[in-house]
Amino acid sequence: MPFIPHTPQEVEEMLAVVGVRSLDELFADIPPQMRSRRFKLPRGQSEAAVCAFFEDMAAADKTDLVSFLGAGYYAHNIPKAVDAIVGRSEFYTAYTPYQAECSQGTLQAIFEFQTAVSRLLEMDCANASVYDGGTAMFEAAMMAVRSTRRHTLVVDEAVNPIWRGMLTTYCAGLAVNIKTVPQRKGLSDKQALCAALDRDCAAVIVQNPNFFGFIEDYTSVFAKAGELKAFGIISVYPVMQAVLKTPGEMNAAVAVAEGQSLGQPLNFGGPYLGLMACKKEHIRQFPGRIVGRATDLDGKTGYVLTLQAREQHIRRAKATSNICSNQALCALRALVHMSLLGPEGLARQAEHNMHLTRQAVKQLTALKGVELLNNAPYGNEVALCLPEPAEQIVNALIAKGFAAGLPVGRYYPDMENILLLACTEVNRAEHIAMLAGAMGGLL
Amino acid sequence: MKTIFAESVPGRGSRFIESDAPTAAQMLPGELLRAKPPRLPECSELDVVRHFTGLSSLNYSVDANFYPLGSCTMKYNPKFTEYVAGLPGFARLHPLLAQLGQGASQTQGALRCLYDAEMLLREITGMEAFTFQPMAGANGEFTGVSLMAAYHRSKGRKRGRMLIPDSAHGTNPASAALAGLEIVNVESRDGMVAPEALAAHMAEYGDDVVGLMMTCPNTLGLMETHLPEIVETLRKTDALLYYDGANMNAVLGKMRVGDAGFDVVHLNLHKTFATPHGGGGPGSGPVGVSARLEPFLPGPRVAVRRDGSFYLNNNLPQSIGSIGPFYGSFAVVVKALAYMLRLGGEGLERVAEYAVLNANYLKKRLEDVLDIPFARLCAHEFVASAPQGLRALDIAKALLDRGFHAPTIYFPLIVKECLMAEPTETESKQTLDAYVEALKETVALGKNNPEALTMAPRRTPVRRLDETAAARRMTLTDDME
Repeated sequence: MPFIPHTPQEVEEMLAVVGVRSLDELFADIPPQMRSRRFKLPRGQSEAAVCAFFEDMAAADKTDLVSFLGAGYYAHNIPKAVDAIVGRSEFYTAYTPYQAECSQGTLQAIFEFQTAVSRLLEMDCANASVYDGGTAMFEAAMMAVRSTRRHTLVVDEAVNPIWRGMLTTYCAGLAVNIKTVPQRKGLSDKQALCAALDRDCAAVIVQNPNFFGFIEDYTSVFAKAGELKAFGIISVYPVMQAVLKTPGEMNAAVAVAEGQSLGQPLNFGGPYLGLMACKKEHIRQFPGRIVGRATDLDGKTGYVLTLQAREQHIRRAKATSNICSNQALCALRALVHMSLLGPEGLARQAEHNMHLTRQAVKQLTALKGVELLNNAPYGNEVALCLPEPAEQIVNALIAKGFAAGLPVGRYYPDMENILLLACTEVNRAEHIAMLAGAMGGLL
Repeated sequence: MKTIFAESVPGRGSRFIESDAPTAAQMLPGELLRAKPPRLPECSELDVVRHFTGLSSLNYSVDANFYPLGSCTMKYNPKFTEYVAGLPGFARLHPLLAQLGQGASQTQGALRCLYDAEMLLREITGMEAFTFQPMAGANGEFTGVSLMAAYHRSKGRKRGRMLIPDSAHGTNPASAALAGLEIVNVESRDGMVAPEALAAHMAEYGDDVVGLMMTCPNTLGLMETHLPEIVETLRKTDALLYYDGANMNAVLGKMRVGDAGFDVVHLNLHKTFATPHGGGGPGSGPVGVSARLEPFLPGPRVAVRRDGSFYLNNNLPQSIGSIGPFYGSFAVVVKALAYMLRLGGEGLERVAEYAVLNANYLKKRLEDVLDIPFARLCAHEFVASAPQGLRALDIAKALLDRGFHAPTIYFPLIVKECLMAEPTETESKQTLDAYVEALKETVALGKNNPEALTMAPRRTPVRRLDETAAARRMTLTDDME
């Protein structure tokens, strides 16, 4: 029997100890009218047959497209050493580290992850991670709502619409009002963001680089929020953060990020992880797990889950969040990835990809009718204005073997000609020339 | 062990990226750049590998130790599932690719996996439809509660209360509170939801009750024998019934929550379906619903055309919106699907049989070692109290010295000095017998020499840590001391 070690003789011995005659008798407590009416599942298969099925399924996916898709989720090269370390079953088959004495590997790794995230974002402290970038944004907004006891969120429309959509869903049952401030040609309208802030606002939420790839400095917006005792919340892209002005330097209260680009494969949507970091004064409102340094009976340094009085297993309905797990193994991947790249590697990755994107912009804007949405500074992703609806061009290019980027019209109805295109180190210079050639043939 | 930051040597690096690109300062205005580079580790690849290999040796894990953790279902995680989830055709697939071009033709393999997994979970639970978007069990709870609230809203009702038994997991009340609901605590008697307590609450709040969140078998490891009456009581006001699937390992093939009258269920793929816990995630908490809640599920949903091809259905006017960014923790779902296909229907039913056999065997063998409050058959787990004069915490710590992970302690909150054990079906009789011997030794030691227990563990990488001082000192990063 796969994964069940019992021999028939052992089963007999065990049933005798329990005092029942058959395995089915163990289920006598299920009320008869509650027993399964049917259970028609396929027969089990050999390991080899199951592997072959998945090999066929994976081969049915087209991963050989030349892709410029991003929108917050990027194809990056991941050092093979990340898989080697995270593939150690001492890490991946361990449980949540409630028993600290036998979980120091996981606990110290989370402590180091918190340190790395805090340093990358230049914030005081970070938690052990949450599910993804969208839930991180929601949890940050809830910190602000609890702390200020106010119920309006001012959200920049240039924040990733996928995460704004999640924010709307998560706030549906709560008395929270979301005020969206329209973007202007892909840029944040900082004046309008400041004007939308008042003494009823819990927080202002922005993103850098924003959804359209443009880079801005939000110091003035956070200063205005600070005057009104509202939270400044910023979502960032961890790779670009190696070179960009930090949430700490902009004086954000809470910084969040989708951490996928730090060592997580794209995996068709998950698992990913959400990074969360905040200023020390907000620590009591922080959701999720947090690891702290401690000493043991002999005075030896160790690590424990700390500040657990905020959490659901102690506080139940009054907890800061319902969150129970973090994305521990994803956080470990992110930490190992950052450790292998180092500050220089992460910055070079950002620079390399920015450089590629500039080459793409140069070649694509040379095509008739293609131009940048805006002349503002951008990182490794950028919004291009096409002469025709982007959806049509993208669909036509799929047939030619390109995923040219994301048409943004589905999220911004008056921007149907806008294409969001990202370059990363998996793209080669010749890919860009091929894309320009193929797109040129369509326009 | 030193931290990776303490191992860092300025100027050292692995040069993973080779590039002749200009610097950021040559491409962007200076005022948009950070003043100083991030102080991340500067290490060679060997430095990093050695550091983390060292850390891994400080952990207990299912691959090395027995984990009788109640409510957590720490079963063996088959290795082939890691292989299939890591296939490049899945790992390199951008989730938005399914939303480009005509009809998701680029991602047919991945969509079929999601579709097949949904079909199997529907048959396993008897529910009408599933969403994989929830990224963990608690996230699934929030989703389920939101679906229940949306159902009542669609009927023009304003309801604001959720009934939750006092034996429930802490996430239940926290999830309902996060969805903006008030919690009504339902008292238990002899480990069961007391029908008269339920009736009293229904009489008091009647039309304000969204539903009841049940864990079944409950967290005491007991089957709710009053289930049919409970279902009937709730039906009277069209209140809905939520099934916390944390304990699904106990009933696979034996009870289908859809047949039993539940409207919502969340499953923990990282428990019942053998995907690894990862030291605390990633999990996956798919949610299944009855027909009347299906219109409210998050989107997009995977659907199949007449020609057998798959597409993403976004035409869901009553949907609650998106709970996750895409289609859930896809790689985790693939592992769970692989497990289901390997076991098949017969194998899945066997899981429940042997999980319950192991729990009852262990319970019986421990009857004269621990105080076991309910003298009846248990499901896949059972609760016990530390014998007079001993603390659950001390027993748990002493077990660590004997190479066993501790059982769950001090949960559920309604049992004194509680030790809750769930052996799972993948453990052998020999392992269970060895665990019984270890517990016998521990209890005997505690009775003769209480200090020997309070000073345990001694053989682990660190001894008991001062959690109170840690919470006060709040050293949460290497820079906070």
